[in-house]
Amino acid sequence: MKEVIDFIITATTRYNDMYTRLTLAPADGSLLPAIAPGQFVQVAAETPGVFLRRPISINDVSFDRNTIDLLVRKAGRGTEALIALKEGDKVNILLPLGNGFSLEAPAGSRLMLIGGGVGVAPLLYLGRKLKEAGYEPEFLLGARSASDVLEYDDFARIGKVHVSTEDGSMGEKGLVTQHSALDQKIDRIYCCGPAPMMKAVARIAKEGDIECEVSLENMMACGLGACLCCVENTVKGNVCVCTEGPVFNINLLNW
Amino acid sequence: MANLSVNIGSLSLKNPVLTASGTFGYGEEFAPFIDLNRLGGYIIKGTTLEHREGNPYPRMVETPSGMLNAVGLQNKGVDYFIENIYPRIKGYESELIVNVSGAKVEDYVETARRLAALDKVNAIEVNISCPNVKEGGMAFGTTTAGAAEVTKAIRAVYPKTLIVKLSPNVTSIADIAKAVEAEGADSVSLINTLMGMSIDVERRRPHLSTITGGLSGPAVRPVAVRMVWQVAKAVKIPVIGLGGIMNGRDAIEFMLAGATAVEIGTANFIDPAVTMKVIDFMDDYCARHNISDINEIIGEI
Repeated sequence: MKEVIDFIITATTRYNDMYTRLTLAPADGSLLPAIAPGQFVQVAAETPGVFLRRPISINDVSFDRNTIDLLVRKAGRGTEALIALKEGDKVNILLPLGNGFSLEAPAGSRLMLIGGGVGVAPLLYLGRKLKEAGYEPEFLLGARSASDVLEYDDFARIGKVHVSTEDGSMGEKGLVTQHSALDQKIDRIYCCGPAPMMKAVARIAKEGDIECEVSLENMMACGLGACLCCVENTVKGNVCVCTEGPVFNINLLNW
Repeated sequence: MANLSVNIGSLSLKNPVLTASGTFGYGEEFAPFIDLNRLGGYIIKGTTLEHREGNPYPRMVETPSGMLNAVGLQNKGVDYFIENIYPRIKGYESELIVNVSGAKVEDYVETARRLAALDKVNAIEVNISCPNVKEGGMAFGTTTAGAAEVTKAIRAVYPKTLIVKLSPNVTSIADIAKAVEAEGADSVSLINTLMGMSIDVERRRPHLSTITGGLSGPAVRPVAVRMVWQVAKAVKIPVIGLGGIMNGRDAIEFMLAGATAVEIGTANFIDPAVTMKVIDFMDDYCARHNISDINEIIGEI
């Protein structure tokens, strides 16, 4: 069930100038709604010059601690205000939104979770849920250089992590699509990152006949399927990324 | 508690709060957040005779205190609405008003005729003011002759409450309002979005696929309040005010300017429960100002 909840920041982890992870709990202590991996939130960034909420994917969820984690990349005034939030600050959030990734696969499937930049965010919670379900998810993280590889240790606690950096400062040098981890058989790819990266991954998936889901980041206003602003042109016509996505099987996309 | 009910044509609204077309989907998207039955009514998104895919992405960009959109009337057509959506939403107690758009006069007429058969739809709002499609009605809405022509044709086939939604992209909105009143409109609603444009200077490209789009949000509110005030002075039929209403205070401002009812639009994107807060504010406002009937304040300015 979608809800509007005031959250309180319980912790912040500043990775570098660009990226901060916020940990948040409902301010009134109410229990979190059910949240599926791949779902996102709409955050009210109350700062001058920002009008609409900002869609942010859910990085992790702990129902034990009753917290969610958001990995925020400084992209403009709204996200700048969000990464400036401090422990104890309150923020109004609409959640959970969107559909989420498919969690069921044949036993023993090789599942590759590919993330680029801040696109790694939803893969952490996804990886955790896949691991809990008995799979052995692997991660392939792509970044410009080592300092942009986010949450490596968190991923490494769940499964094997492969890294591609453009400058070769960590893992294999090159793009994720060139990584040797893709040379052996893969049953399913989950991918989130910049559109050119996702399109390149989708092409590899199609060529290799690999099932593939991608998470889109179209510009959004309401997040509820009401305004029809965030549409993606699919084989079913224009559909809202906020309600029919953000996760799409690549076979539905006109890529 | 003060009386909040107001009349628009033959509609008796339990309160003046409506939702603006295109910002509230079919209402059900907001059911997790509000009691739809508490609304005075809700106006569902622009419906056309035939299915429309709308404009290509990107369709939206945030602007100072508002946003530009260029959705382009994406909808599945009136028959799909009647068969698939109407049965799901007709049970609410609030008045269900359908916004109607068209490319040609005959399309408006046929869409209105089909909607007239629905028991629970007691009013339509005719959009002669969409700035985002070439033949999206604004051609009708920007001349008195065009506005009169489409109103007259729909009036001939639509016996229930007929609201005409006016474009602010005109020289004299009061003249357009008088023209549609003369042809039998029961009410006018204003303003639709103001035509605007925004450019990504780094990429040196327009932000919207259509280059221009419709501006909404609090940025347009003073323009909308002024136009409501002008139109309310010019016509005898009730005026419905909209344009950047973010809270109850803004809604009261429109009523003081002459609006009998108000529509909440873009604010729904930021706070999906805003409509309930506007209704609560009206109750509270009337109590604080010793107003026994909200109709007393309409057009006080």
